[in-house]
Amino acid sequence: MIERRRGFDFAAHLVLALGVLIVMFPVYVTFVASTQTAQQIEQAPMSLAPGGHLTDNYRTALFEGGSFASRAPVGRMMYVSLVTALGIAIGKIAISLISAFAIVYFRFPLRNFFFWMIFVTLMLPVEVRIAPTYAVISNLGLLNNFGGLILPLIASATATFLFRQFFLTVPDELAEAARIDGAGPMRFFFTILLPLSTTNIAAMFVIQFIYGWNQYLWPLIVTTSEDMYPIVIGIKRMIGGGDAANEWNLIMATAMLAMIPPALVVILMQRWFVKGLIETEK
Amino acid sequence: MEKRAVFRSPWLPYALVAPQLAITIIFFFWPAGQALYQSVLLQDAFGTSVQFVGLENFSALFNDEGYIASFQITAIFSILVAVSGLAVSLVLAVFADHVIKGALAYKTLLIWPYAVAPAIAGVLWLFLFSPTLGVVAHALSTVGVNWNHVLDANQSLALIVMAAVWKQISYNFIFFLAGLQAIPKSLIEAAAIDGAGPVRRFATIIFPLLSPTTFFLLVVNLVFAFFETFAIVDAVTQGGPGQATSILVYKVYHDGFKALDLGSSAAQSVILMTIVITLTVLQFRFVEKKVSY
Amino acid sequence: MATLELRGVQKSYGGNVVVHGIDMAIDKSEFVVIVGPSGCGKSTLLRMVAGLEEITGGEIVIDGRIVNGLEPKDRDIAMVFQNYALYPHMSVFDNMAYGLKIRDLPRAEIDQRVREAARILEIEALLDRRPKQLSGGQRQRVAMGRAIVRHPKVFLFDEPLSNLDAKLRVQMRLQLQKLHRRLGVTSLYVTHDQVEAMTLGHRIIVMNAGRAEQIGSPKDIYGHPATTFVAGFIGAPPMNLMKGRVSADGRSFELGGPNAIKLPAPAATMGGREVTFGVRPEHLQLGGGAFSMHVEMVESLGADHLIHGRVGEHDLIVRADPDSGCAPGLTAAVGFEPAAVHWFDPTTSQRLA
Repeated sequence: MIERRRGFDFAAHLVLALGVLIVMFPVYVTFVASTQTAQQIEQAPMSLAPGGHLTDNYRTALFEGGSFASRAPVGRMMYVSLVTALGIAIGKIAISLISAFAIVYFRFPLRNFFFWMIFVTLMLPVEVRIAPTYAVISNLGLLNNFGGLILPLIASATATFLFRQFFLTVPDELAEAARIDGAGPMRFFFTILLPLSTTNIAAMFVIQFIYGWNQYLWPLIVTTSEDMYPIVIGIKRMIGGGDAANEWNLIMATAMLAMIPPALVVILMQRWFVKGLIETEK
Repeated sequence: MEKRAVFRSPWLPYALVAPQLAITIIFFFWPAGQALYQSVLLQDAFGTSVQFVGLENFSALFNDEGYIASFQITAIFSILVAVSGLAVSLVLAVFADHVIKGALAYKTLLIWPYAVAPAIAGVLWLFLFSPTLGVVAHALSTVGVNWNHVLDANQSLALIVMAAVWKQISYNFIFFLAGLQAIPKSLIEAAAIDGAGPVRRFATIIFPLLSPTTFFLLVVNLVFAFFETFAIVDAVTQGGPGQATSILVYKVYHDGFKALDLGSSAAQSVILMTIVITLTVLQFRFVEKKVSY
Repeated sequence: MATLELRGVQKSYGGNVVVHGIDMAIDKSEFVVIVGPSGCGKSTLLRMVAGLEEITGGEIVIDGRIVNGLEPKDRDIAMVFQNYALYPHMSVFDNMAYGLKIRDLPRAEIDQRVREAARILEIEALLDRRPKQLSGGQRQRVAMGRAIVRHPKVFLFDEPLSNLDAKLRVQMRLQLQKLHRRLGVTSLYVTHDQVEAMTLGHRIIVMNAGRAEQIGSPKDIYGHPATTFVAGFIGAPPMNLMKGRVSADGRSFELGGPNAIKLPAPAATMGGREVTFGVRPEHLQLGGGAFSMHVEMVESLGADHLIHGRVGEHDLIVRADPDSGCAPGLTAAVGFEPAAVHWFDPTTSQRLA
């Protein structure tokens, strides 16, 4: 906008502040609830000022579980979520980097066929194929373990696409100079292509970590014992029927804990993340 | 697109694509194929009796009131989520593009919720609107609105819409902001010199130039509303009251894993697959036409 | 230093022949320039020598060894690219050392070679910098340094100066000449700039549409162009070429209509023939008696004037002194020496005498 009207500036800040307020309000309430006792919450309406039970609640949640409905220690669930998210992020990035490298830098029979096979996976999220994928996992004996949690979710091609787009923008002469210098394809990959791709890898890491951490439907189906629940499942299970019996303070503490790692990843890597998100969808 | 500089090796490229291909075949093509196969079978929960029934599962679905209702709910839900999500994010993006002071703080605060899992978003909003101890539910009752989404189907729908939109604001915001910043300043300045005020500039120049982004986000939001909202529904309403918020993806899960009607669930999966593919292809075609590299 | 031989080197894509059988024997320490317009196949030829393109036919022989099937790294060659192709994430030192590290040279030797090359190219102060911190000319020198440290048998240059501004190009040309005199490595150099070709090459290959129109020393190519293409391509401003017929007695060249050029010496052998007549602008003199032309425009270059004129349907350029007194609208008398005439066959474009 060109006009610098005072009124417009003020309106802009007002709207943005309002937006931030709306966005942050649920989180604030959650935080407050996590610092109070169960009884304080049940006396609706709950006070909007933080209570004094922060350490108590978090300690209980982490080590003793969130409510009568689910006695799984939150610490364990956070661990499961962490391993799953890291496994998905790292696994996906690794196989996508080498696939994209092969597709862009080599010419070989069936190349286009393989490319389209991988591209097709972009179109179908895991929710669409849950029942048969469950059967496959069951047959492979991967139920209720990390393999089952991680492997089906690294099948989609978003990372391969991003890396392919990026590799296509790397100047040809770089590869030719490396070839003349004596570098074979893998040396080129590790000493030149990868260092140039760090921004894209970082962005992909953020996106995939969050994707992995926030998975719900698939872990719901594939895990059967409490010690393999990721935390997003654990929270839902804590909410037994009827609010009165729930220890909402512990549930909210768990919710806060569940939000922290992905939020940290996003905030710390914000710049790469935004850039990567936009590049992915081109 | 072709690269001129290629390496030569008879075996290396195959070795490099092998891991991804293996995963794709085992965890994507095989299950997808199974879904197609199962959708034309009638089998009991344990698979001991299997009967080929052609398209019967599909026709049964289209004659099933519950399924049709689910379709309608999903359609309403998706449109509500997509439209409100886009509108709110667009407004925020427009203003965020305009301010200079504190821009980074606003952006960070509006972007980080991308990290929140849909499941958790559901739980947060459930807590806010809990009929007995929700802060907002209580506030509403003081102004005369009786909030009980456990009993009221419309309120139930409203709640999951709010949770879903809240979750999507960040994502839409990022893209709208990028889209706005990609519009050359010179165009806006030319319009201003031509005499167009801010509202007219927005309507006749900015919004049309934003249309590829808008269309892309529309499709993404629809796909999100179709699938990723499963967690929200499961956390907040479990499809209830009754079947009032049982969106299609929830029904697939319910019929397949709770009711154990595999054939029907598979058929529903196939229908969902078709919808997504259509949406994706549409988006690809449309965006490819309008966007130049 | 090595010999480089091209025997019938050919390249085709599908049924499309892009380079038609090129033959040339290059001596040790010779600097050969491949020059031609865009799309003539010169880069393709260079890349075949480098091993970056497959050879469809013929052989490439380096130091007596046929290298057709060898990877670039096994041919003992080094290449300087038009876009420098420096590894952006490495320092200048690492850029130059990359190829040596791959060959497992001891660190001490790598260090010594890199520093020596840096000294020759006067880039010692830049060894710790990244490519993006360097100017175009500095980057080009780093690219050359990367080639030098390898001590290869053959240097290949792919239009290395095209991305530099005019002034820098002149400086770098001199640098290249000095470098070659010092190192004496057999070199193959591709360019579209005929000035680079004339000044740098011991011998020149002039290419057009995939064929070598002429191979020879700059003097030969300038003085005795083998085809009208070479005649028009080498030399700036380009040679004046006109189609017409030599009179039966060989004393004049008829341009059609009343226009004719009086030949200072009779061309007896050409009598009565249809020919293409060529004479360079710098060999035309004002005030001579061969023909008159109508002056259309005068371009002043400071040291010279380019006089654009017209005879009948033909446009001509004459290079003259600044104080010629020529001006648009006037008629100028033009003459030339007998030795300045070039005759070509009008259909085959080949040189006649």
